[in-house]
Amino acid sequence: MEPTIFRFVWKYSWRQQLVILGLTVGTFPVLYATLELPKLIVNRALAGGVDVYELYGVALDQTGYLFVLCGAFLLLVSVAGALKYLLNVYAGIVAERMLRRLRYQLYSQILRFPLPYFRKLSQGELVQMINAEVEPLGGFVGEAFATPAFQGGTLLTILAFVFVQDWLLGLAAIALYPLQAYIIPKLQRQVNELGKQRVQQVRRNAEKIGETASGIVDVHANDTSLFERARFSDQLAAVFSIRFQIYKKKFLIKFINNFMAQLGPFFFFTIGGYFVIQGELTLGALVAVLNAHKDLSAPWKELLTWYQTMYDVKIKYEQVVAQFVPPGLKDLRLLDADPPEDAPEFSRELRAIQLVLEDEGTMLLDGVEFALDLPLRVAVLGGAGSGRHALGLVAAGLLPPTSGRLLMDGRNLHELPESVLGRRIGYVGNPSHIFRGTIEANLLYGLLHRPVRSRPPDPELERYLREARRSGNLPLDPAADWVDDAQAGIPDPQARFARVRRVLALVRLEEDVYGFGLRGRIAAQAEPQLARALLEARQSMLRRLARDPALARLVEPFDPARYNSNATVAENLLFGTPADGRIDLDRLAEHPYVREVLERTGLLKPLLDVGRRLAETMLELFSELPPDHEYFRQFSFIDPERLPEYRALLQRIDPAALPRLPRADQDRLLALALRLVAARHRLGLIDGPIQDDVVAARRWLREHLPADLQGAVTFFDPHAYNDALPLQENVLFGKVAWGQGQALERVTALVRELLEEMGLHDQVLRVGLGFECGVGGSRLALAQRQKLALAREVMKRPALLVLDNALAALDPADQEAIREALFAEFDGRSLLWILASPEWSPHFDRVIVMEHGRIAAIGRFDQLGPPGGAGAVVVHAD
Amino acid sequence: MTIHKDVEALRRIPLFARIDPARLKLLAFTSDRLHFEPGERLCSEGEPGDAAFIILEGTARVLVRTPEGELEVARLGEHAIVGEIAILCNVPRTATVEAATPVTVLRISKDGFLHLVSQFPQIAVEMMSELARRLHRTTQQLKEVTSRLQKLEEARH
Repeated sequence: MEPTIFRFVWKYSWRQQLVILGLTVGTFPVLYATLELPKLIVNRALAGGVDVYELYGVALDQTGYLFVLCGAFLLLVSVAGALKYLLNVYAGIVAERMLRRLRYQLYSQILRFPLPYFRKLSQGELVQMINAEVEPLGGFVGEAFATPAFQGGTLLTILAFVFVQDWLLGLAAIALYPLQAYIIPKLQRQVNELGKQRVQQVRRNAEKIGETASGIVDVHANDTSLFERARFSDQLAAVFSIRFQIYKKKFLIKFINNFMAQLGPFFFFTIGGYFVIQGELTLGALVAVLNAHKDLSAPWKELLTWYQTMYDVKIKYEQVVAQFVPPGLKDLRLLDADPPEDAPEFSRELRAIQLVLEDEGTMLLDGVEFALDLPLRVAVLGGAGSGRHALGLVAAGLLPPTSGRLLMDGRNLHELPESVLGRRIGYVGNPSHIFRGTIEANLLYGLLHRPVRSRPPDPELERYLREARRSGNLPLDPAADWVDDAQAGIPDPQARFARVRRVLALVRLEEDVYGFGLRGRIAAQAEPQLARALLEARQSMLRRLARDPALARLVEPFDPARYNSNATVAENLLFGTPADGRIDLDRLAEHPYVREVLERTGLLKPLLDVGRRLAETMLELFSELPPDHEYFRQFSFIDPERLPEYRALLQRIDPAALPRLPRADQDRLLALALRLVAARHRLGLIDGPIQDDVVAARRWLREHLPADLQGAVTFFDPHAYNDALPLQENVLFGKVAWGQGQALERVTALVRELLEEMGLHDQVLRVGLGFECGVGGSRLALAQRQKLALAREVMKRPALLVLDNALAALDPADQEAIREALFAEFDGRSLLWILASPEWSPHFDRVIVMEHGRIAAIGRFDQLGPPGGAGAVVVHAD
Repeated sequence: MTIHKDVEALRRIPLFARIDPARLKLLAFTSDRLHFEPGERLCSEGEPGDAAFIILEGTARVLVRTPEGELEVARLGEHAIVGEIAILCNVPRTATVEAATPVTVLRISKDGFLHLVSQFPQIAVEMMSELARRLHRTTQQLKEVTSRLQKLEEARH
């Protein structure tokens, strides 16, 4: 990274800077001419007194001359505008490219940080630096050289003019510059110092916000939300006080500048006036100098502003860069190099020679030595602080030792490029990170080293890559196929699924992913075949229900002509799924169109009455319970704090005149009524006539849907696939009946059985692979995350897999099964498994017992002595 | 079927006869009315128990697992309460309950059941005497079994 912003700007954009400079200077004569022409028009064309005007040998009369001059003026103004536009766009592009380059460089530096450095630097700070702090740098890049050159040049020209008029006046004009040049940088330095503090303080704010977001559960669990607010307020106070001082100093500088600028005329009038009275200077010259001085203040101001910005930006740049060059950066060659020809096979021997790993004075590894003949299954045992975790990281090539060497087939492991280590060695930590994206993307993540098959070239892509190169980014296409099928042992991309499925089964995740598939959604247009197959499944479901009355009573299918008593009134009315945010099922009554439907179909009055009677029932049932009773949450339609509101409402209203109630009250009653499920709540409020009315209203709603609501609802249509419904709901296409023992379990089983029968298992699994894992895998359970992380490493078929207590979150039966499957899968390859407890050690070829960073015992399990012997004692000392 | 009918049914059960109908309505509203066909299971032995059942219609068989297969130990008819043990002492279901005829029950959740018992001491007392009766019966049976076993062992010696 370049140490200063000027070096950075010059190194990567000197050509562009010269172009900007050239353009700037190029505008100068044009601008000058646009100032000159009006003078010519006034003085010559309008003043008249000449019969024939000659212009480059062409004779013109006065009018013709005027029009030619005006035409020239128009042309020049256009050219000046166009040049200015060009300059601005060009400078803007240069600035953005440089900003992109800087951010890219900073991000690349993060990838080179040594692992322990991440403990010192919080995520919030990194984000703050790369996003916010470098932003003003971009603006500066465009004017880094052009502004001082242009404004300085202007300033010098005008000064020269003044000096030509009278050197004494010239001296007077710049008399205060030395003073300004002395005081302002002094003040500016103070402002800059404060600016530095502000930057650091804002970084701390970012860190604090990040900490609150990630520790939110513990904040609530400890009731420290007031305390956290107090602390944050304290940090804001610090920013405020710094800002306050900055303002004071900044405006002081401004004041001094303005004052000095005003002092100029004072000198001109006193000194120049004196000379005029003495007859040593003409009045005209003095006026000219005064005018010139007025023009002087603009570039001078610009220069001072530039100076302030420059200083600000310089500091920001240096502060940011200082954070991004920690000692122990990874060698760029190791990060980017392709695998060398003579890379080791990882098949003969792993030998540790005097491995020492020191971390801030603690010896994590203290002279570890071993030699293991590969392939081998090795268990590493040891309590917390024994160095087992560090050994795992060192063995996986992720953390270089402070001293000593780890030799793989005789080669120093930590001198091999990442393209060898990251492919030949797998590492599953606890916890391992799950990336944002689908399950499938996470499974294939270990195979994305280089673009394997690029997209067919097209101009768009060419442009994209060219632009990347211009900002010093590597010209890589993220949309190319990066999946290294060969590494995963997959013959061609079509065969990927089979392998994925096998690996999912190995880590016992297949069932979960299948479940995601059942709950997933597909677009019928994108997958017409699957949608058709699922519709067929729906039909055979209906046939099955028709055949078997025992099943029929478990499901109430969606029938456009019938009221579904296991669905809410709202669901019955809309009879579809909201496709976007335009219609909200929970606030249906408030929607103006739904309201119109209720009014037009005559459903409003009966539904209001249902709402009223429901409110009465709720008051009767729940008003005697204490407000914090569990029943309110589970069963009541009305929150405890709103009960008095409804009681007042009921006392006020006349049951016969409900439609004349204020809209807000009507909405309240309707909202209650719409949530009723006839079969579940069994209050007898939704009787036959109302059901018929709802079915009629449903039809009206669909038929008269206004243009602006088209597509807002995916209606239930027995013969069409519903994109807005999950897959299994599409097959079921109805509601599981209330009041039938174990209905849900049996219906779910039935749907699965049908899908299996139709051979749709793989297709559903594919849909499940598209499940989005969320940020950091937040939508997955902990055990699912661990399984997925393990599956990712199994997919890439490493020669050595390091597992750091990697199955801890799984239940014991899963752990056993996965271990056995892994042993079979890794037959002929090596495993280094760090175990938290010794029960599994008999299954391994070799056991290493760690203690205080040293190897306490190593050998086959049966050589380590009886349980309770040396090795076992160490293990239990945890 | 509405909860009014459920309330009527509950009132015919002696245990609830003296309880205010409004309370019974709350009980009915917060419970699920479930239907089981013959052979379907209300609950299975060994499962965690989270609800008790009041039989409104039909007959159910109580089965326990033995080395020789499942053994019917009791039959429950209308108005019987079943499944309360698992709730009261937090143990897995001690028996399987299976519908012998079409059965309609009111399923009271654990919370609902505890609410009921804490609100109405008379129900708690009724429940206690029913449990005591069952304990007494079990003790009698145990005595009988023990003496038979002794006799068998004596005969062998």
